[in-house]
Amino acid sequence: MAENDNLGNLLARRGISRRTFLKFCTALASSMALSPSMVPAMAESLAKAKRQSVIWLSFQECTGCTESLTRSSQPSIESLIFDFISLDYHHTLQAASGFQAEEAREQAMAEHKGKYLLIVDGSIPVAENGVYSTIAGMTNLQMLEDAAKGAMAIVAVGTCAAYGGLPKARPNPTGAVSVTDLIDDKPIINIPGCPPIGEVITGVLAHFLTFGAIPELDTVGRPKAFYGETIHDRCYRRTFYDQGLFAETFDDEGARKGWCLYKLGCKGPVTYNSCATTKWNQETSFPIESGHGCIGCSQPDFWDMGGIYEAVSEPLTDLRGPAVTAVVAGAAAGVAVAAMNKQSKQSAKDRHFKVSSETLDEELKK
Amino acid sequence: MDTALLIWAKSTGLQWATIIMLLGLTMRVIQILLLGRATDLSEARNSDVMSAGIKTIFRRFVPPQGMLQKGLLVYLSGYIFHIGFFIVLLFFVPHIQLIDSTLGISWPGLRSSLIDAITVVTLLALIVLLLHRVWNPVLKLLSTPEDYLTWALTFLPLLTGYMAYHHMLFEYNTMLALHVLSVEALMIAIPFSKLSHMVTLFLARWYNGAIAGRKGVQS
Ligand code: SF4
Repeated sequence: MAENDNLGNLLARRGISRRTFLKFCTALASSMALSPSMVPAMAESLAKAKRQSVIWLSFQECTGCTESLTRSSQPSIESLIFDFISLDYHHTLQAASGFQAEEAREQAMAEHKGKYLLIVDGSIPVAENGVYSTIAGMTNLQMLEDAAKGAMAIVAVGTCAAYGGLPKARPNPTGAVSVTDLIDDKPIINIPGCPPIGEVITGVLAHFLTFGAIPELDTVGRPKAFYGETIHDRCYRRTFYDQGLFAETFDDEGARKGWCLYKLGCKGPVTYNSCATTKWNQETSFPIESGHGCIGCSQPDFWDMGGIYEAVSEPLTDLRGPAVTAVVAGAAAGVAVAAMNKQSKQSAKDRHFKVSSETLDEELKK
Repeated sequence: MDTALLIWAKSTGLQWATIIMLLGLTMRVIQILLLGRATDLSEARNSDVMSAGIKTIFRRFVPPQGMLQKGLLVYLSGYIFHIGFFIVLLFFVPHIQLIDSTLGISWPGLRSSLIDAITVVTLLALIVLLLHRVWNPVLKLLSTPEDYLTWALTFLPLLTGYMAYHHMLFEYNTMLALHVLSVEALMIAIPFSKLSHMVTLFLARWYNGAIAGRKGVQS
């Protein structure tokens, strides 16, 4: 693909009709809560979009995010958009290896300085100066700081890059942190999820290609268009929740009838993501539809939010032990205070003496 | 959406609130029980002092004759908010789930739309009581800061729960964290304020009933 080729040409070459493309833009616009009147302009600017240089850094991660993005079974416009970007560095996907790969990264950083998009997946360990994860002898910390300097914007893909994720779960032995914990002078888009929905990643890329700017974000840096609502609010099992009909086990009558999974630990009520609407695997289904509660993977610190099968309202610590101790200690304190009360009563009694008119006369004479 | 705050509220915060509440309440009850009373040398007119006390505990749930008409609004609001509070506390499914996970006992819950409606009514009853407190000159004079504080501590868990459910003001996680924190504030205040009446009222009523019963009269 030539450097100055545009997305419209690529799509035409791959046999995507204008009609299909417009349909895609309409869906994209609606998923990003943009007005339908913007679709033609959006299509036009997206078609004209030039190849965007992208540097993809993988740190403490499991490659699930990349899998999510690349594992679409049929070529979609989303996957073509992914083809369209100029992925100048990506461990898993690039052909080069060793120092050649690192050279490619440095070259892209120099060539597109200030213009490349930096995508990060995985958290960054900072304990012991970051020695827990290195690439070609360079710590993740160093590599991120270097690459961030020349980036136009940063996309933290996956919960690890966005919020620290699994590596940051207690007790966090590597001192894992998120991209936002380290970089504060660049626009950062968080696309959390373990992994995030592929369409959401490409949707955000498409937005970036169309408008050359980052979409509107919520308080934890997620695009509102995709993370604006909780799973619970868009869940098709919600009517059962509202009626108080819950599955108690995974194979009881309630589970077979598709009742709400709250009691089985569904974290849908506290999770902002678009699984319930965008769904997974070409809109086939999403976890709750296949009978398992939401695990809350797009939330910061979700690994520390209690067991996957514990309901949202369950306490995260043992309360019984402390409760028993408190009652015993309270009883002891009560007895002690009562003893003190008795003592002061007794001493008041001891100080008590009878007063007669003679003693008062004596007192007055003094 | 502050997950860290929610996690803190559901772990450390909840643990400390439970400890302080139970420690404080046990201490106060034991203290009251050990206060002791001077021996009554007169002969008891009624030998069944115990049951006289217990009867009074229940009799006092009903307003004395004539009082209901005199203070209908206050009585009604008082009942509504107490009963509403307990229904919401004990019959909202997530709350039952919490009790089940800590005590291992559970019972069927009510549908959330009903809980929602009861919450609104309970909040309104509390507002009526507050307005009555500030509009009634005598009551206003008698009120101390503690009265307003305990009112707020009772009102906030209901309000934050309602707001969390309806996604008002903050995102759900933050509101849920505030809800849990407001409950913890209430729990901590119980032993050290007039809210301790939730336990001591039984002792006080029993004692009143028992001394009256000993004298052979009904209390
Ligand atoms: S299954 Fe989960 S997300 Fe769906 S209604 Fe029940 S609690 Fe909410």
